[in-house]
Amino acid sequence: MTTTTTNEVLLRANQAGLFDSVRTAGVWRTGLLAGAVWLLLSLVTLRWPNKEVGFSDWAFTDEFGYAALAIALLLSILALAGERAGRVGDLLRPAGQWLVAVPLLLGSWEILTAKLGLLPSPFFAPPQSLIEVYNDDWRRLGISTAYSLRLLVHGFAAGGIVGFLVGATIGWSRVAGYWVHPVLRFLGPVPASALLPLAFFFAPSSYAAAVFLIALATAFPVAVLTWSGVASVNKSYYDVARTLGASEWFLILRVAIPAALPQVFVGLFMGLGAAFSVLVTAEMMGVKAGLGWYLQWAQGWAAYANMYAALIVMAILCSSLITLLFKVRDRALSWQKGTVKW
Amino acid sequence: MVNASLAQPLAATAATTSQQQTGARIDIEHVSHWFKLPNGVLQVLDDISLSVAPGEFVALLGPSGCGKSTLLRLVAGLEAATTGQVLQDNSKITRPDPSRIVVFQDPTLYPWRKVWDNVALGLQARGLLKQQRQRVDDALALVGLTAFADAFPHQLSGGMAQRVALARALVNDPQLLILDEPLGKLDSLTRLQMQSELVSLWQRNGFSALLVTHDVEEALFLANRVIVFSDRPARIAAEITVDLPYPRHRGDARLAELRHTALRHLGLDASW
Repeated sequence: MTTTTTNEVLLRANQAGLFDSVRTAGVWRTGLLAGAVWLLLSLVTLRWPNKEVGFSDWAFTDEFGYAALAIALLLSILALAGERAGRVGDLLRPAGQWLVAVPLLLGSWEILTAKLGLLPSPFFAPPQSLIEVYNDDWRRLGISTAYSLRLLVHGFAAGGIVGFLVGATIGWSRVAGYWVHPVLRFLGPVPASALLPLAFFFAPSSYAAAVFLIALATAFPVAVLTWSGVASVNKSYYDVARTLGASEWFLILRVAIPAALPQVFVGLFMGLGAAFSVLVTAEMMGVKAGLGWYLQWAQGWAAYANMYAALIVMAILCSSLITLLFKVRDRALSWQKGTVKW
Repeated sequence: MVNASLAQPLAATAATTSQQQTGARIDIEHVSHWFKLPNGVLQVLDDISLSVAPGEFVALLGPSGCGKSTLLRLVAGLEAATTGQVLQDNSKITRPDPSRIVVFQDPTLYPWRKVWDNVALGLQARGLLKQQRQRVDDALALVGLTAFADAFPHQLSGGMAQRVALARALVNDPQLLILDEPLGKLDSLTRLQMQSELVSLWQRNGFSALLVTHDVEEALFLANRVIVFSDRPARIAAEITVDLPYPRHRGDARLAELRHTALRHLGLDASW
């Protein structure tokens, strides 16, 4: 078993060309190239004067350039050290192509905004202005992130639990299915954001309203997929357990739910996506905190750099949460073969 | 592949954890059964009367789809007969009970449980696992799969998976083992091997066994008595007593003779 897996990994790594650089010489060529491109980025940033746009110059231009220079030096040293770079080198090697692509992207962005002004300010901000935002406004950005995270956790947890219970109930019980299924069919597909005005009107606070809406958006896919998972369990699994003396609760908890778990995780994944979109909408519409609110606020003040900075934080937040969900799933479903790697 | 210790008295290990069980007596009395279909009813069993003595190995042989497996479901208590009744030691069978364990054609192991946990299923379901963990190890040893205790079912071959299913049944010390074509999907070599294993397990543990098969050789090799069923609705067409000691030899002239008899009852002796 282990041998096969190891062989597969080695084969795949070989196909990806990972060993070419390792085996040929001590020098890591992709790393050298990456170092050169980062150096180029730093030269462009430092030596090419910013275009004058009628107000004081972009702050943090020099810092951005020196940071790029530092990265360039570091990468070059690692690349020349080759195998002597040890674990750091092993970690960076697979990311080699990205280490080349990122400075190219940053360089084009820098040139189009700060240097040539082809993308007009203030709607487009150069990379160094993001550094300015993170340096000056990290407190407010951090608090906004924390608020968003709290809201998301509350809403997603409530929605996930309710959706799971509803799905398991209607998958198991015919009577529950008869009564709950039509409600689910009628209310489930309504976009949660459409209920926003109603929720803000009825709920005791805008926070409670947002939790309710996020929970609603999460619960629908979770419920439907849990239901379908429980309903599609191989019937002979139940026969086996029943002849072995299993009680009804054993059939539910030890047979139906573990068998349905792969589907439940698909539901949670979809629910999390829906939760993100409701979260931002709710924060833009009524909740006076969070990243959605920050976006709205930054746009109101025409602080476009702040907006980009918040968007990047949001991307990191959402991506991390999805990664976390996949990690949990990989743990819970370690018995499955051939699952998608996130 | 088979544990060499199978020939040794592993029953001794079983006896230390539980007293040696005797087989159950099963009486099937005038059982007829109908299926409800969208366009009416379909009779699958027609007035079946049949007894299994304690510790006896009985094989039900019949054409595919004749209703043998349905009879097994009735004996297992998974379904109730439309008319007639099934008795276990003179009390009526109304629901599944761990004293009668079914081994199905598919191993139906739970893919999310490791081999050990699959075997432990019955003990866990009855809340006995905490005190009797040792019995799971014993059952795994009995089928020669101790080394695979931590494997997941998808890592096993078909024969190994069916052995795990057998261990999952035997760990409960059944009084009746109901075998619903348990070797039907195995390759022919594994199949011969497992037939011999079944015989030794049965001889050692003393349970009664009721086997459904459509393999004439298998029925004659394993059973004390072979009941030949007619086409649907199933009636008992003939009863063949296999008066040979165990372990049997496949090349035995008497087996060949009985095989001819069985095929004649199935209307298939023209090609023989």
